[in-house]
Amino acid sequence: MTLGSTYGVGLQGLAGNLVMVEVDIADGLPAYTLLGLPDAALSESRDRVRSALTNSNELWPNRKVTVSLSPAWLPKSGPSFDLAIAVALLIANQTLPTCEDTVFLGELSLDGKVRSVRGVLPALLAAAKAGITRAVVPVANLAEAKLMVDLEIIPMESLSQVLRWLRTGERVEAEALDLQCESDEALLDFADVAGQPRARLAAEIAATGGHHLLLIGPPGAGKTMIAQRLPTILPQLTITQALEVTAVHSIAGTLGNRAPQSLLAPFVAPHHTTTRVAMVGGGAHVIRPGASSLAHNGVLFIDEAPECGVGILDSLRQPLESGEITIARSIGNLTFPAQFLLVLAANPCPCGKFSGRGRNCTCTSQQVRRYLGKLSGPLLDRIDLRVIVDPVSRIEMAQNELGESSSAIRERVMAARDIAAKRFAHENWKLNSQIPSRALRSTYKPERAAMNFLHDELDREHLTARGLHKVIRTAWTLADLHHHSVATLADVQQAYALRDGVEL
Amino acid sequence: MRTTNSKKSLNKNTGAIGEEIAAQYLLKRGDEILGRNWRIREGELDLITLDRSGLIHIIEVKTRSSTFFGHPLEAIDSAKAHRIQRLSLAWLATNGALGCDYQIDAIAVLIDSDGSHTIEIRANIL
Repeated sequence: MTLGSTYGVGLQGLAGNLVMVEVDIADGLPAYTLLGLPDAALSESRDRVRSALTNSNELWPNRKVTVSLSPAWLPKSGPSFDLAIAVALLIANQTLPTCEDTVFLGELSLDGKVRSVRGVLPALLAAAKAGITRAVVPVANLAEAKLMVDLEIIPMESLSQVLRWLRTGERVEAEALDLQCESDEALLDFADVAGQPRARLAAEIAATGGHHLLLIGPPGAGKTMIAQRLPTILPQLTITQALEVTAVHSIAGTLGNRAPQSLLAPFVAPHHTTTRVAMVGGGAHVIRPGASSLAHNGVLFIDEAPECGVGILDSLRQPLESGEITIARSIGNLTFPAQFLLVLAANPCPCGKFSGRGRNCTCTSQQVRRYLGKLSGPLLDRIDLRVIVDPVSRIEMAQNELGESSSAIRERVMAARDIAAKRFAHENWKLNSQIPSRALRSTYKPERAAMNFLHDELDREHLTARGLHKVIRTAWTLADLHHHSVATLADVQQAYALRDGVEL
Repeated sequence: MRTTNSKKSLNKNTGAIGEEIAAQYLLKRGDEILGRNWRIREGELDLITLDRSGLIHIIEVKTRSSTFFGHPLEAIDSAKAHRIQRLSLAWLATNGALGCDYQIDAIAVLIDSDGSHTIEIRANIL
């Protein structure tokens, strides 16, 4: 038999397809044909596979080699098929026994090493769904692959190791190869933040109710510090959530910054000069997830938000609405998850000094008004909390005692989330920030005194209808934090005060 | 210049030896040789033979003294294969054999430094 076949996985976004790699070695002039819509990186596999084989002391068949990746209609990309092709080729060359129910992932280097590839986790998810029971993965991807508990994972360092295993069953000890992943957990803590009681409270409310947050304050007040520490007070991810997060990061190739088994909510902070594609995902040949998907189940922090290019922030409106983002390109439509807590930070004015009495501010009053006006209405509609972060005072800096630690805040957040989850057991939303406006006026109305207070503010035109809904949502979160069974007048007043009178 | 010349003639010599080895092999197999080094302006055919079933073989012989520069048959790219195809038709036409069954083969001859050789035949390469 001069036919050999193995399995690889073709990825389109997060969706994987099991791909059968067939190799036929026929009589004829030495040639190599690769079928099945390969992209450039995949077409180059020929030279990598050939060098890797000869440098692993295997014979390259000087015959007519045809490699077919089926299903043929599926466009395939990337170098992850190298290993599957090399193994199928040797099976076809009758120098390897056949190998069923095993998927091979890995790029080959010219000297026969198995190199790490992107998207191992989503690939294995697809393979397991298709009934595969074993997977050979690059050692560098082991931590990620091990999340798949129902697959037998076989980490390999080099092609010759793979071949020895297939021929003799001899395996390198997996534990010995286990790479320790750098974890940045527990490096940040809310205890580091000096003072800022209002901003701390806002962060706690945001984490509890999933309320998007706008921090306005002069440079150096601690906006970034607070945002960076939000993941430490968000509840730990569930296993399903962690898998989703790791899968997205695996495809984007950003797992280097994040331990694959981490249960910490991700924190992504794109620069304000970022492009729309980098924000929501895209690309011409291979569609990659953007910052909004990398922040899935975590925090998306945009510093200097008013400096963002036109339309960049507004491109977040769809994911804010639906929790996912669909990207349409000529090669197809892809959907990535994008459920994140949005935190925007802004200076109060272009020069940044318009705070307190604004004595040092050099901006004209028109500039000041225009600056925050750059944030569009529909976007601000979705942001429940707008907090002014004042510069840290001399007294606060002089205080030696540390602020409350993240773990203490997280306990309160989780307790409050439990209460909300019980209340919403029969609804199709889970967090206070997701209560639809209609429900706010019926089932989830605050107590009568609180409503009267809000209606008075509405009559005095201190509050708009839109603002009223935001206040009620925030009030419910405060009620949960205070263990009130219904949003009380005090909760509503506190929520109202937290808006800092900023009506944008 | 001289070294280049001698090198070239050496390669030519290697080629001739290879063709001779191939011819001897085919004769031993029972084929009849219809032509050797048939040359027109477009190029040259190494061997033309007739096997016992009456099929004409147009044969390209590639000889190497090492695989250092790759397998001998890798030197036949698609342009070369198509030239052989055109030359084959020309040969068939000049020899009144148009319409006869024919196929194009390739033979690789590897000559070791000790004089021993290995031979590899690929039938019907187009």
